[in-house]
Amino acid sequence: MATIVAGIACSHVPAIGVAMDKGITGTAYWDPLFQGYLPAREWLKNLAPDVAIIVYNDHASAFSLEIIPTFLIGVADSFPIADEGFGPRPVPVVLGCPELAWHIAESLILDEFDMTIANEMPVDHGLTVPLSITCGQPDRWPFKVIPLCVNVVQYPPPTGARCFKLGQAIARAVASFPDDLRVVVYGTGGMSHQLQGERAGLINREFDTAFLDKLTTDPVALTKISHTEYMREAGSEGVEMVMWHVMRGALGPQAAEVYRHYHVPASNTAAALMILDNRSSA
Amino acid sequence: MKADPDYENIPGTYVYDARRGRLGYALNMFCMSLNKAENRTAFKADEAAYLDRFKLTPEQRDTVLRRDWLGMLQVGGNIYYTIKIAFCDGLTFQDVAGMMSGVPKDTYVQMMLAGGRSPEGNRYKVPPTEVSPGAPSAAAASPGVASPAGESV
Repeated sequence: MATIVAGIACSHVPAIGVAMDKGITGTAYWDPLFQGYLPAREWLKNLAPDVAIIVYNDHASAFSLEIIPTFLIGVADSFPIADEGFGPRPVPVVLGCPELAWHIAESLILDEFDMTIANEMPVDHGLTVPLSITCGQPDRWPFKVIPLCVNVVQYPPPTGARCFKLGQAIARAVASFPDDLRVVVYGTGGMSHQLQGERAGLINREFDTAFLDKLTTDPVALTKISHTEYMREAGSEGVEMVMWHVMRGALGPQAAEVYRHYHVPASNTAAALMILDNRSSA
Repeated sequence: MKADPDYENIPGTYVYDARRGRLGYALNMFCMSLNKAENRTAFKADEAAYLDRFKLTPEQRDTVLRRDWLGMLQVGGNIYYTIKIAFCDGLTFQDVAGMMSGVPKDTYVQMMLAGGRSPEGNRYKVPPTEVSPGAPSAAAASPGVASPAGESV
């Protein structure tokens, strides 16, 4: 059967992707951030998962305001790289895992999570930057990917508690898949950041640190944070952290923190990367 | 009439909710069109003519032509959409964030390098402890007072 072996929490700042694509990760500005990614890449390489479920938000790339899916799963064989307004990132096409994706879609819907299903969809920096951060710049991505989109652009996003429950339902779906696949789940976005208005640039290290601590030890308490509290304490775009709850909900209670990196600033954002080993739960 | 939602009490923040979604739909859908290279070329060639394709209000149109990034948010723009105009201009997210917050680029960059904008004093337009006229507001804004909200995580 398929098993979820790890969870990865990862910011998806577009400028991080641009720094990699332009080859400027060694500058004084970027080097401290990128040095902190290296041990995580090594760990993931050794783990060698077969599939990654990447929970992220589309940023007006695949979806506009025309139709706004709250939760969506991508079931295609492959996903092209989106043009977000400055040309597509020069990264490999993302290969899907339709067998598992369709199984998860069916399982979730029958488990009362009314997913939108996407047969065709480009993927933007929300998905590709976490891949770049954790895999570097290979000619092809080392595992298949199931994109799972959460709306955080049009208020209100789903609640943290609902996201956590979705993660639990994903865990049930994966566990009922007959093939022996080793799966990692990414929760992306965050941490504290505000991109808009006179308050742009807000960073809250205390909030972020407490969030990272409790993600392992007391994730259910974190699911009670309201949208207004995220926006007030962690910036209007900090509300993206609801997506981390999907990842955490997909792991067992015994999941253990094995790596943490936190750095300010990455452009306007507090960037974090955390790995939770789920093999003791699996 | 419904009361203002509590997030309206966060200063300098324009939450893209139902109200702004109705106001800003055409403006943001214009921005969305800039995902296509041929549309970026057409917009750059003749901005006014390109904008004629969309049903923007005169005010929205004016904020776009003047690149009034903060003004765009105030007339229904969503930052994930309006940033596409900035990409067209060769600007970065950090450039635009600096302009929206009304400081020179270098000042903004230095603020971020120094750890970003502190939440202290930036949580509320009207602090919730100001329950009656004349109540001292200094207590709520005092840097020595930890935020109950921040501690609850």
